Amino acid sequence: MEVPILRQGQYLIASIQSALTDADLSHLREALIAQVGRSRCRGVIVDVTALDVMDSFAVRTLRDIAHMARLRGAETVIVGIQPDVAFAMVQLGLTLKGVATVLDLEEGLAFLDGRTKERTLEVKPRRPSGRG
Amino acid sequence: MGEELRLTIAADVDVVEARQQGRALAAVAGFSSGEQTVIAAAISEIARNILMYAKKGEITLSLVQNGDRQGVSVVATDQGPGIHDIDRAMQYGYSTSHGVGAGLPGAKRLMDEFDLKSVVGQGTTVTMKKWRRAI
Repeated sequence: MEVPILRQGQYLIASIQSALTDADLSHLREALIAQVGRSRCRGVIVDVTALDVMDSFAVRTLRDIAHMARLRGAETVIVGIQPDVAFAMVQLGLTLKGVATVLDLEEGLAFLDGRTKERTLEVKPRRPSGRG
Repeated sequence: MGEELRLTIAADVDVVEARQQGRALAAVAGFSSGEQTVIAAAISEIARNILMYAKKGEITLSLVQNGDRQGVSVVATDQGPGIHDIDRAMQYGYSTSHGVGAGLPGAKRLMDEFDLKSVVGQGTTVTMKKWRRAI
């Protein structure tokens, strides 16, 4: 089951449609990281609303996506973790430490807008003075 | 009762199938949707362990009863290499496969009963149960 990746402005949105196998998750990671470069995007949203379970492999893969995307210059936010899924994750002792999570897609877009604005300010090049 | 489901675990799609069947059975037993997800997550971890270490195995799901308590039983068996150091394998965060080390100890946390038997060179059997909370 391939996860569709849509481009919206500066962001990529991967919207998981059903339960995923480990291979599907690994494939999603590779596809997203490749596309971050190809589309020069600044943000990635992974919508996990339809995921039935977040077990150790899923959590690790999502963490890897976020860290790899950051190394490629894009911020990641995970949206749509369902209450039952969150409950099981906590019982399993799994955390998404260092990875942004927000309630839904709308919040995800707002989060990335905030983050990418900050980032743009941070990396604004200083103009060399007295030349030109 | 009497419902028993045997599932072969030999590919990663089987892991998804096993946890979804487990969730369905937990629903039949009357578990809340939160607990169904917990049971599904435990099955996912155990089934992945079969794939990772033994390549092939079997998971048997069944309804169980103890007095007036109803529950779900999950038995995972394989004829894989077995576990050399069970104490370490049960340590949270310990992994021999570059995983997060949440497989066996994670499943144990999620379930009410957890029993691991392993003979090196012969295989591993994990038996775990979850009981419905008395209302």
